[in-house]
Amino acid sequence: MRIVAKSPMPGFALSAGLVLSLLSLIVLLPIGALLVRGAGMGLGDLAAAISGERVRSALLLSFRSALIAAAFNLVFGVVVAWVLVRYRFPGRRLIDAAIDLPFALPTAVAGIALTALYAPNGVFGQIAAGAGLRIAYAPPGILVALVFVGLPFVVRTVQPVIAEIDREVEEASATLGASRLTTLRRVVAPVLMPAALTGFALALARGVGEYGSVIFIAGNLPMKTEIAPLLIVIRLEEFDIDGAAAIGIAMLGISFAMLLLINAVQVWSRRRIGYV
Amino acid sequence: MFDAAHLAPPRPARRFRAATEEPAALRRGLIGLVFVLLAVLLFAPLVTVFGEALSQGAGAALTALAEPEAHAAIRLTLLVTALSVPLTAVFGLAAGWAIARFDFPGKAVLITLIDLPFSVSPVVAGLCLVLLFGANTTLGDWLVGQGMPVVFALPGIVLATVFVTFPFVAREILPVMVEQGRAEEEAALTLGASGWRMFFTVTLPNIRWALLYGVLLATARAMGEFGAVAVVSGKIRGVTATVPIAIEMLYNEYLTVAAFSLAALLASLALVTLALKTALEWRHADALSANRRA
Repeated sequence: MRIVAKSPMPGFALSAGLVLSLLSLIVLLPIGALLVRGAGMGLGDLAAAISGERVRSALLLSFRSALIAAAFNLVFGVVVAWVLVRYRFPGRRLIDAAIDLPFALPTAVAGIALTALYAPNGVFGQIAAGAGLRIAYAPPGILVALVFVGLPFVVRTVQPVIAEIDREVEEASATLGASRLTTLRRVVAPVLMPAALTGFALALARGVGEYGSVIFIAGNLPMKTEIAPLLIVIRLEEFDIDGAAAIGIAMLGISFAMLLLINAVQVWSRRRIGYV
Repeated sequence: MFDAAHLAPPRPARRFRAATEEPAALRRGLIGLVFVLLAVLLFAPLVTVFGEALSQGAGAALTALAEPEAHAAIRLTLLVTALSVPLTAVFGLAAGWAIARFDFPGKAVLITLIDLPFSVSPVVAGLCLVLLFGANTTLGDWLVGQGMPVVFALPGIVLATVFVTFPFVAREILPVMVEQGRAEEEAALTLGASGWRMFFTVTLPNIRWALLYGVLLATARAMGEFGAVAVVSGKIRGVTATVPIAIEMLYNEYLTVAAFSLAALLASLALVTLALKTALEWRHADALSANRRA
C-alpha cells in the first residue's frame, strides 16, 4: 500500500526515513523514557512526589514568574514591534537587530551578567537597594531573567503582522469618525491579538522551563526562590531519579498544555481573520 | 502677488497629522521608552559582561582564557557544535523535503513533533536522556559495557545539544520551500536530471540563505546551551565541561574574572552571530522565510 500519492519527486523514502529515525532517536525515545519511568512509578507515587511542599512551591514559582514576565513582554513587545515597524528614527535598524540578543546570548552568560548588575553591590542593585528593593537573590530577580530571555518572542511574532496591516483600513476607520485610540482599539488590536498571544504563549513556555539565566540570580532558597528545573537537577544529584522524573513529567504536562494553547490560538485566529 | 513661495512644495505641516499616525508627542514618548527599556534590559547586561571581564585589566582576562581548563572547555564546545549542527542541518533538509514536496497522512502531527523541543525545558530534555541512556537503565548499562558511555560523556552532550537545536534549521527551510513550490524541481526532473542532481543544482541553491540562517541560529544555541548539557555532562573538569558549564563552575568558585572572560568570549561569538544574521536579513530577505524579512 502506498502512503503517498504517486509523485514524480524522488527521495520521499530517504527524507521521511531520516526525519522519523532522527526524531525518534533524539527526541521521542528520550521523552518516552521519561513517560515510561513515570508509568512505572504509578499514579499514586507520582502524585505524592509532586505534591510535596518543596516541589509544589517550585512548580508554582516557575509558572507564576513565567506568567508575570510573559505578561510584561506581551505589553512591551507589542509597543516595541509597533515602534520598530511604524516609526522612523535614527538607530531603528540597530535596535531591530539587537532585539534578538537574548536568543543569541548563552543563558549562563546572561545569568551571571544580570546577577552582577542587580546584586546589592551592582549598578542597578544599588539603586534598587536605595529604594528598599531587593532584586537579585529574591523573586524579582527571577522576573528580570525571564523578561530578558522572553523579550524577543512577542516582538518577533507581532512585527510581521503589523507590517502586513493595510493602512487603508485605518484610514477608513478615521474617515468614519473614529479617534486614533478607537481605531487602535477596535481595528488594529484585533488583528494583532492572535500573534501577540502566540508570542505570549511562546515566552511563557520558555519561561517555565528556563534554567541557565535564572539559577545565578535567583538565590535558590528552597520554597522561596527555587525554580522547578533546578529542583530536577538537585533531585538527580541526590540520585532520586523518581523524584526528578515526577517533576519532569509535571513540567512536560505544562509544556503540552502550552503547545495546545498555541495551536488553539492559531486555529482560532485562522478561522477569525484568515491568517496567523 | 506671485512669488516663489507659492510654488515651493508645502512644508511638512506641523498642525496636520495623518489619520493613521499617533500624535507626535506620543510617538516621541514611545520611541524614548523603547530606547530606555532596551538600554536597561539588553545593553546593560552586555556591557557588564565585558566590563567584568576587563575589571582587572585585559591581561587578567587573557590569562584566564589561557588556562588549560579553559582551553579544554573551548575545544569541547567547538567539537560538540561541529558534531551537532550538521545533524540539525541534515534533519532540517530532510524535513523540508519530505514535508514541502509530498503529501502524506500525519503531516500536521509531524510538524508539531518537530517543534516539540521548543516547548520542552532544556533540563527536562537532559533528564529524558539520562533516563534513556543513564546508569541503571538497560540501554545505558549495555552501552557502558560496549565501552561507549553516553551520559557524563561526549555522546550525551551532543545528543542534548541536538535535542534543543533540532527545529532550528527545519523551521527556516520549510516555509521557504513551501513558498517556492515544486515547479523548478519538476522542470529539472523533466529535463532528465537525477534526483541528487536536481537537489544540488535546483533545491539547494534556492534555499541556501534560509539554510545558512538556520545553521547560524543552531550554532549560536549549540555553543551556548546550558540547561540540557548541565544535566548530562556530569561536569567533569577539563573533560565534560563545555564553556557554559565552565563559566558556572568558575563563577561558583568566586573566580569572577575568569568566569566573565569566558562569558565575554561567548558574548563576542553571539554578537558575531547577530551581525551575520542581520546581514542575511538585509541582503537576502527575499530568500528567507517571510517573518525573517527586515
